[in-house]
Amino acid sequence: MNFLRSLADRERVFDFLAPAASPVDVRHGPILYLEDVTVSFDGFKAINDLNLTIDDGELRCIIGPNGAGKTTMMDIITGKTRPDAGKVWFGSRHDLLTMNEPEIASLGIGRKFQKPTVFEALTVFENLELAMAADKRILPTLTARMTPVIRERIEEVLETIGLAELRLRPAGILSHGQKQWLEIGMLLMQRPRLLLVDEPVAGMTEQEMERTAQLLTGLAGKQSVVVVEHDMGFVRSIARKVTVLHQGSVLAEGSMDQVSNDPKVVEVYLGAEVEEEVAIC
Amino acid sequence: MYSSNFWLARPFTERSTQLFLGVLIAALVLVTILHVVVPQGHPLYVNAYTVNLLGKYLSYALLAVAVDLVWGYLGILSLGHGAFFALGGYAMGMYLMRQIGDRGVYGHPELPDFMVFLNWDSLPWYWAGFDMAWFAFIMVLLAPGLLALVFGFLAFRSRVTGVYLSIITQALTFALMLAFFRNEMGFGGNNGLTDFRDILGYNLRIDATRLGLFLATGGALAAGYVLCRAIVGSKLGRVCVATRDAEARTRFIGYRVERFQLFVFVVSAMLAGLAGALYVPQVGIINPSEFSPIFSIEIVLWVALGGRATLYGAVIGAILVNYAKTIFTGVMPDAWLFALGAMFVLVTVFLPKGVAGLLTYRYRKQRVKQPPEHDDSGTSPGNEVSA
Repeated sequence: MNFLRSLADRERVFDFLAPAASPVDVRHGPILYLEDVTVSFDGFKAINDLNLTIDDGELRCIIGPNGAGKTTMMDIITGKTRPDAGKVWFGSRHDLLTMNEPEIASLGIGRKFQKPTVFEALTVFENLELAMAADKRILPTLTARMTPVIRERIEEVLETIGLAELRLRPAGILSHGQKQWLEIGMLLMQRPRLLLVDEPVAGMTEQEMERTAQLLTGLAGKQSVVVVEHDMGFVRSIARKVTVLHQGSVLAEGSMDQVSNDPKVVEVYLGAEVEEEVAIC
Repeated sequence: MYSSNFWLARPFTERSTQLFLGVLIAALVLVTILHVVVPQGHPLYVNAYTVNLLGKYLSYALLAVAVDLVWGYLGILSLGHGAFFALGGYAMGMYLMRQIGDRGVYGHPELPDFMVFLNWDSLPWYWAGFDMAWFAFIMVLLAPGLLALVFGFLAFRSRVTGVYLSIITQALTFALMLAFFRNEMGFGGNNGLTDFRDILGYNLRIDATRLGLFLATGGALAAGYVLCRAIVGSKLGRVCVATRDAEARTRFIGYRVERFQLFVFVVSAMLAGLAGALYVPQVGIINPSEFSPIFSIEIVLWVALGGRATLYGAVIGAILVNYAKTIFTGVMPDAWLFALGAMFVLVTVFLPKGVAGLLTYRYRKQRVKQPPEHDDSGTSPGNEVSA
């Protein structure tokens, strides 16, 4: 029995299975630091002198009307768009502006797009297996074996995203909300330090939204999470700190109550919805 | 499915593979007994002609498995797999030609008959080495593999997929057919290579050799099937399915999709080449008609009829269609293409998953009967982790 256990233990020699020993330096607090970032498309300033700091382990919601620059900001962080000016640092060691998309992804920045894309013919379990950080060349993939450590890791994520009971069902049968969770799970398999989540609850039912809120608040602390969302009710339910973007720069920052009482914010964005909410209450 | 076995050993733990191998081995043993033990004239006696015919079907079955590997699991509809089959066949044919030695019509010690006929005085350089069995057998795998490597590298690197790739594979096999029709190519022109005498020292015209070839083809089919199952059942196989359904997403999570496509495409081409090499000594001839685009399309029809993405469906389809072809072309040759068309239409309409779909119908029915999953059936994310 002990011998068997020692065999299982040997798997721990693989670096990729060990808990994240991320090269990201967060000793000074922030994991993401944007300073005076400006981007313009054909003269239109999508991002205008944007300053934003995300602390390690924080859950931050970013709201703003359409065209406020939320998606462009995500594009800059993931290396898809290059800013015209400004600084973008990941921890205090990595200048993201000098890196390309795969390099940034391998540093531990995971991005979830709005529309969920999972592998429908594969099971939930297999979807997570493929997404796992591992040697992804041909021969290692061909000879890859299911070890107890990998299985444990997948089960852990299955529990986190609440799809443990559906692990052997094809992902194609999942509901829209379950696909969103699976995709978040696929990001988690890569052990990211920072998760960028774009409109996670679009098209979800009330209960699904509630569970998504639990999922994202549960992730914070272990990972830093940045959520871009339109749904104010959802933001209110998860946010500890909210950043309001307007015309490419930060309009207000603080707790949900603070920003929703900020007259500038009320004027440009929240006005109608705050009244609506008051009316409902 | 998630066993920790060595990847090549994994198929042997699957029930479907055990069943397939069991049926295949039983069929091989049965045919051998009925051919060897049962006396001639007995109603159950299987004659050498039938053994030979079955051997041909088995080589087609291996070819169909190769096509199903790339089409069913990788989503690449190759309409040119006949090219790899024919190249393997030509490599074997060249070896068999050299084995004829001075027993040809012209009695030349080294040159095959058609070269003497063309007044050539020496072997072209690419015929060198084919008098050695080991070299020829390596070329059986290497020639189609190399063609697939170069072709696939260019196609997949440029991200050519879908219907465009299918058309290019058709063009590939058509171009090769035209090339092999030319006498100057040195492969016997439109007559191809034929009049074989013996293989590895065994006379090709006696019954025992034919039985041996039949059994060897059965063995190759079993090995090819297990290899494909091993690939399909590995993590690499799941990457293939992921690529088939969402290529961009697979790329996004870090797999170099074009390399996976290339790898599987080359493996499939080599299996097709092996099938061709086993086919040639059994039918006694290889000519450029094997390169014809129609033949390559026919292979895809076998797979579609049998059931795509199952592997055993490809085997069933290849045997079924070719058996029907043998019957039809004997009884009413003109009706064969109509019958093939009718079969394809009927299967597409009534059995969208092919004959294999019919076999798993009961199983699927059971699964459908299970209560459907609801959104709130115990799927609560983060109960434990919520702060």
